[in-house]
Amino acid sequence: MFSTAIIVFREVLEAALVVAVVLAATQGLARRSRWIVGGIAAGLLGSLLVASLTQEISMAFAGVGQELFNAAILLTAVAMLAWHNIWMSRHASQLIAHLRQVGSHVSSGQLPIYFLATAVGLAVLREGSEVVLFTQGLAAGGSESLPMLWGAIVGLGAGLVLGALIYFGLVRIPTRHLFTVTGWLILLLAAGMAASAAGYLAQAGWLPVQPPLWNSSDLLSQHSVPGEVLHVLVGYQDRPTAIQLSFYLTTLVVIAVGMSLSRQRAPSINRQNASIH
Amino acid sequence: MARIAHLVAIAALLTVGTAQAKTQTFDLTITDHHFQPEAVTIPAGEKVKLMVHNQDATPEEFESYELNREKIIPGHSQAVIFIGPLDAGEYPFFGEFNQATAQGRVIAE
Repeated sequence: MFSTAIIVFREVLEAALVVAVVLAATQGLARRSRWIVGGIAAGLLGSLLVASLTQEISMAFAGVGQELFNAAILLTAVAMLAWHNIWMSRHASQLIAHLRQVGSHVSSGQLPIYFLATAVGLAVLREGSEVVLFTQGLAAGGSESLPMLWGAIVGLGAGLVLGALIYFGLVRIPTRHLFTVTGWLILLLAAGMAASAAGYLAQAGWLPVQPPLWNSSDLLSQHSVPGEVLHVLVGYQDRPTAIQLSFYLTTLVVIAVGMSLSRQRAPSINRQNASIH
Repeated sequence: MARIAHLVAIAALLTVGTAQAKTQTFDLTITDHHFQPEAVTIPAGEKVKLMVHNQDATPEEFESYELNREKIIPGHSQAVIFIGPLDAGEYPFFGEFNQATAQGRVIAE
């Protein structure tokens, strides 16, 4: 039961952390819950589908379909998060102004929510399909599987609780700083996902296999709870390769440059809007 | 220009072809949540292909922190896992879904 709880906990935690950061980032936006819940629901439905197709996905592309599928999901999420951050840096001041009006209809706010909802859906899809497959296996096991299913429920609960704690920690940050903090978190989240995607591409043989640059697993194991939390939130890996590190840094720099360029261009666009109205 | 592209494409195909031809395959079987054999000896410094046959009805996840690998193998099916080139040494792996019994190691020498 204990090992079952741990397995489910780890999968749920990864998805829950992404959801927590996104929920905090969309704090106060109109209709955000509908989008986020929609993303989670789509992710869960997708998980059932992916779990039922695991065999086909796995054997596609000469047996490395699973790795390519994971890498594709991660890189799509990276693109969504990057676009959100770049878009946000142009519109943040406008958004914060809107947010101050209670119940305001932030039509312009729909764009980043849409991107974030997709990223949430993909995170749930990736981790959820593993949980579905695993619990299916348990159910197939017969009568002894009852304590294991309890383990799965405990793991699910614990993952959600930790995700909720992170969320409530984030929303205690004053609104003005909240967007800065969640902006940074999403940036690091995206960089970490890009590094993980590079790992899958190496496993698939699409990128060269390299020895790790360092091994900090004795210091902080990536598979411990704090290691796992840091892995999702800032992309911590205890045995990264040079390619993974370069994916991480490149993503970080590309998004940061995109954000800063978009911030510089923002005033002229605001002026244009002002002259139109 | 088209000719150069052509040559590059052929060269790429040849490289892929020879690379695949050189990759040795090692078979691993999962039965009753155990890996058979529990120790796989592979040549050090070479990329090899592990073919994992899951004969159980339940899915298993091949996972190794040391090899930096994780891959789900559905019940009654098989999966391809490329590993290496590795330095000589022992690299433990386990089945994440049945960690109590599914333990094994790759020995590179």
